Amino acid sequence: MSAAPDIVIVGAGIVGAACARECARAGLRVLVLDRGPVGGGTTAAGMGHIVVMDDSPAQFALTAFSRRLWQELAPELPAAVEYDPCGTLWVAADEPEMAEVHRKAAFYRERGVRVEVLEGDDVAAAEPALRPGMAGGLRVVDDAVVYPPAAAQHLLESQENARRIEVRPGVTVAALNEDGGVTLADGTRVSAGVAVNAAGPWSPLLAPGLPVRKRKGHLVITDRHPGFVHHQIVELGYLKSAHAVTADSVAFNIQPRKTGQMLIGSSRQFGAEGTEINAEILDRMLRRAFEYLPGLGRLSAIRAWAGHRAATPDKLPLIGPSLASDRIWLATGHEGLGITTSLATGRLLADQVLGRAPAIPVEPYLPARLGKGDTPHA
Amino acid sequence: MPERIELSVNGRALSVPWGTTVAAAVALAGETRFRRSVHGDARGPLCGMGICFECRVTINGEPHARSCLILCADGMEVRTDE
Repeated sequence: MSAAPDIVIVGAGIVGAACARECARAGLRVLVLDRGPVGGGTTAAGMGHIVVMDDSPAQFALTAFSRRLWQELAPELPAAVEYDPCGTLWVAADEPEMAEVHRKAAFYRERGVRVEVLEGDDVAAAEPALRPGMAGGLRVVDDAVVYPPAAAQHLLESQENARRIEVRPGVTVAALNEDGGVTLADGTRVSAGVAVNAAGPWSPLLAPGLPVRKRKGHLVITDRHPGFVHHQIVELGYLKSAHAVTADSVAFNIQPRKTGQMLIGSSRQFGAEGTEINAEILDRMLRRAFEYLPGLGRLSAIRAWAGHRAATPDKLPLIGPSLASDRIWLATGHEGLGITTSLATGRLLADQVLGRAPAIPVEPYLPARLGKGDTPHA
Repeated sequence: MPERIELSVNGRALSVPWGTTVAAAVALAGETRFRRSVHGDARGPLCGMGICFECRVTINGEPHARSCLILCADGMEVRTDE
């Protein structure tokens, strides 16, 4: 890239990649920097579940819009991205959780999201490996699965964008500058019209005081056992786990991969800095999965790993200009929904940068809502 | 303990000395494709000590058994190339 880029994005995870894609589609020249490889951080520690969620109206709006963008993108995705519209099956273990199934079903139906309420027998028929006696479940028909690192790669390299996007992996950024450029760790200054902090859990390193916290999660992947499960299956108790903001928590969440492998989650821990495996948490997470799928423990796992997600106080991402400078922007704080919401984030960021009318109201995601916690170093 | 073990490999009866690993039995049966990779390539034993997972076969209906670590047993049904 000879001339200075219009926009420099720090972070080649799926959020940074989606921002790059949308800006490039609009004709901007984009430089993407990452201290590691494309999709090697939080993106590699996510399940790749494309899911509509309804913890808040703003979360629903963002996930539903972004899922639609994934559906529109699906026909162009290469096989390596492993897009699979397998749907989500939220399983209810008891009557209180079944009441939640009915509430969610009504909420989704009113908003045009296709769902099916399953009674206990229907759940057993849909997923025979589940333990007997489930109260029921909710099938969210159009939810899907992708392989996130390959998806990030595709967003950066798809033919229409490749010309306008330069990706430089293995480059550490030391600071975002108020004039829109960045300073690299080796002191080099890179000029650009706008700088975007898409560094996920590490975004506060470039914006001290930013209210984003690292939240650790574990994953396990099995050997190939095709047909053991058919949907991404999540316990409704997952919501209790996801909402707990202090204690470590685990919840049953399993995903069928196109290879026949299964990806098993989930765990959430604050204050756990490293990515080493925590045996106690891993043990709790797997035992939770075995409670739901008694036959799972007989199958072989081939790898366990952990990574960090970027959590915000109100569980919504930060998409928009920082309070520090109108040339420093934020696209971070997506926690466990970043794969789903990446495409919407890219669209909303580009809408704002370019002064276009936003595709959906952006106010709930603007960094300004959280106050002046994002002042950079002078 | 019996001196000979009777088992089957891909439906074919086989008799091996006690102490024979399933990997050795599969080789004795003349099979070279123990399993298939994700992309369909033929795979067979490499490390012989349970680390590489290349020698996996289906034993009595259970997939992904590491044949190099498991001794043949009477009546065992082994399937390869799955």
